[in-house]
Amino acid sequence: MATTVIDTIPAHLKPFVPSPTPATVTTEKSTIWGWLTTTDHKKIGTLYLFTALFFFLVGGLEAEIIRAQLGGPNRHLVSAETYNQIFTMHGTTMIFLAIMPLSAAFFNFIIPLQIGARDVAFPRLNAFSYWVYLFGGLFISIPILFGHGPNGGWFGYVPLTTRAYSAGINIDFWVIGLQILGISSLAAGFNFITTIINLRAPGMSLMRMPVFTWMAFVVQFMVILAFPVITIALFFLMMDRFFGTQFYEVAAGGDPLLWQHLFWIFGHPEVYILILPAFGLVSEVLPTFSKKPLFGYPVMVYSGILIGFLGFGVWAHHMFAVGMGPVADSVFGVTTMLIAIPTGVKIFNWIGTIAQGQFKATSASLFCVGMVALFTIGGISGVMHSSPPADLQQTDSYFIVAHFHYVMFGGSIMGLFGGIYYYFPKFFGRLLNEKLGKWHFWLTFIGMNLTFFPMHFSGMLGMPRRIYTYDAGQGWEVFNHISTIGAYLLAVATAIFIYNFFKSRVSGPAAGPNPWGAGTLEWTIPSPPPVYNFAVLPTVTSRYPLWEGKQADIEGARINQQSGKTAEQLGIVIPYSTIKPLLAAAFMIIMFSGLIVGHWLILVGAAATVLALYGWLTSPLEPEHH
Amino acid sequence: MSTATVSHHYSSTGLENRKIAIWAFIGSECMLFVSLISTYLIYKDRSVVGPYPHTPWTDPSTGHVYHAILNIPVTSASTFILLMSSLAMVLALSAVENKGKPQHNLGERILGNSKLWLFMTALLGLGFLGCQAYEFTSFVNEGLTIKTNLFGSTFFTLTGFHGAHVTAGVIWILTMLFIDFKRGLGPSDALNVDIMALYWHFVDVIWVAIFTLVYLIR
Repeated sequence: MATTVIDTIPAHLKPFVPSPTPATVTTEKSTIWGWLTTTDHKKIGTLYLFTALFFFLVGGLEAEIIRAQLGGPNRHLVSAETYNQIFTMHGTTMIFLAIMPLSAAFFNFIIPLQIGARDVAFPRLNAFSYWVYLFGGLFISIPILFGHGPNGGWFGYVPLTTRAYSAGINIDFWVIGLQILGISSLAAGFNFITTIINLRAPGMSLMRMPVFTWMAFVVQFMVILAFPVITIALFFLMMDRFFGTQFYEVAAGGDPLLWQHLFWIFGHPEVYILILPAFGLVSEVLPTFSKKPLFGYPVMVYSGILIGFLGFGVWAHHMFAVGMGPVADSVFGVTTMLIAIPTGVKIFNWIGTIAQGQFKATSASLFCVGMVALFTIGGISGVMHSSPPADLQQTDSYFIVAHFHYVMFGGSIMGLFGGIYYYFPKFFGRLLNEKLGKWHFWLTFIGMNLTFFPMHFSGMLGMPRRIYTYDAGQGWEVFNHISTIGAYLLAVATAIFIYNFFKSRVSGPAAGPNPWGAGTLEWTIPSPPPVYNFAVLPTVTSRYPLWEGKQADIEGARINQQSGKTAEQLGIVIPYSTIKPLLAAAFMIIMFSGLIVGHWLILVGAAATVLALYGWLTSPLEPEHH
Repeated sequence: MSTATVSHHYSSTGLENRKIAIWAFIGSECMLFVSLISTYLIYKDRSVVGPYPHTPWTDPSTGHVYHAILNIPVTSASTFILLMSSLAMVLALSAVENKGKPQHNLGERILGNSKLWLFMTALLGLGFLGCQAYEFTSFVNEGLTIKTNLFGSTFFTLTGFHGAHVTAGVIWILTMLFIDFKRGLGPSDALNVDIMALYWHFVDVIWVAIFTLVYLIR
């Protein structure tokens, strides 16, 4: 099985390999009201995709301003205060508003299709997650336009972020906004855990699940266990700032390290929450374009689970510089080295997948190969930090900035771009332009290295993180200059992508159900999928039903590829559209805003939220059926 | 909460979706309370000024003597009330599950009365909240507020968080009681009551941990 190549498929199964004359694209037109009230996981996934890409551009713009400011010594493009807001929002935006929701776009759109489900377990909760994300994202992002953006760094260390040192409302938006965004992630976490456990099609055993779904499954557990911790950390800070408690008040015996521990107990699992979905996408793309099942599937799954577990045991390596003592330093140094093992295993398995296969270079596969290469660099510099003495030299320097951008950009973003090129046809029924895609890839790959590789050197030469500007003559100019050129190149690359995205969405070639000749369940249905996804629930007998499937797989695929029937014709019950999740989300934001506007608004917002929830929970999800 | 709760959807495990989701939710809530309780324990005995939970304190500037703040007898009573509410919840669930079965004697009629047991659960929950309100008020009168010291900040936040969970639970139970009066709960509603009961028992278990770690261990 392990070396099954797609070309060895018997002739009578061939129709499911890329069809030479793709069907035309049938898309359902949707009104604004349709989008606001949707409970369809595919539409919600599309909303996530567009919103996350928008915030990716916002975060990218902030990055460009940072690089322009640092491009040469003693520049004053923006004021120091504005600079603080911009780097804080760059980190916050990219992590919470771009990468996580971009992953969520794929969770929403792809997971039900990969496991053979008609929707997620809780369609309305899914809509609620999205609207909370959107409103929370705006809540935290808009203040910077008025010069009141959060300015305490994305990790908001106390005591800097306490009222005594940050009196303005800047940090208030951050403290409240992140709690709001946490609610969105938690709701999605419960939803997807239930979906993956309970809505797998007959025969879709856990060890037949596509690795993307597996990694998403691990991520959801990390989300529901890590987000409560930062919620409490933020809640303490909120209480300190608004209600005079003393959690982080040193004079009262409080300990700022409490914040650091709570934050990083969340913060390090968060790193894996950001990277595992990209791991999953790469594990889908590389087999397809190597025409070969993923090398070492069980090991890939187990290493993902192991990363999930170990991810909770390494947090204090972010805190070596605070002086925790030799025992804690050693323990967290060792666990950090340990987590490199399952991660390394994954890299070797991806190489093994490509090595024996017939690799085809497409935009999607190039981004994924680029991801493997760049993530490896970031992983290696990460292991360097696991040694406390080495970390003490590197911490808070641009070396760290280089490291985590190799992981976050080289890893997450490259993997997610690979996912976009791969799944764009499934989202919109059309292919992205390959030529522009390859330009996008090469410019991104070169620009990315040009931007972040020199930061290793400027960091080793002592350039601190978050610095506003610097004097000439410290050896930093040339590296910063290169970094800035690289950042401009990334802007060009992203512009090409945006053009390609919007052009191809309208006029790209029709893709058909399975443009790549992929083997998993999501490719057995039309692109874009009909509202009910699967006309008949598939019966799964293997990991790649389209490659190594039995007659049952093939028969299900044949029926499901035929589009055109409506849900009513097939007798499939579709959940009602409803505005109530949006209302509940909006009222909840109003409740949180009361902390800043006036405490009476908290009560009004809470009452309205409860009413909206009652309306939601007492109305039926879908028409009666038997 | 609608009548369309008995769904005929396919499920891989045979379990209802909401049953899985509530367990995931409870797992998540554990981390919430672990963070709160850990913070309380880390900050135990680190308050710079009194009043303190288990020992008296004399204010050096005024000479005023504050006695040990925690009122163990009252809280023991409220703990008992909350634990009894769990018992009532078990009976409420059982009554809903067995609705429609023949009842032969007074005992079976009482045990089979879901309205009675839902009402008792809510009443006991409200009793616990009443004790907490009394406790908070008397602490404030004695000079301990959320701003006084680390003990005040951590204690009120932790127990307040728990109290908010109990409040949400009471609202949930009263809603269910309202539905029971309106159209009567039956075996098809058992899942809804079961999920509510899981939440309620979880909130109780958390209180057992809080009572032990905050009140009983000095």
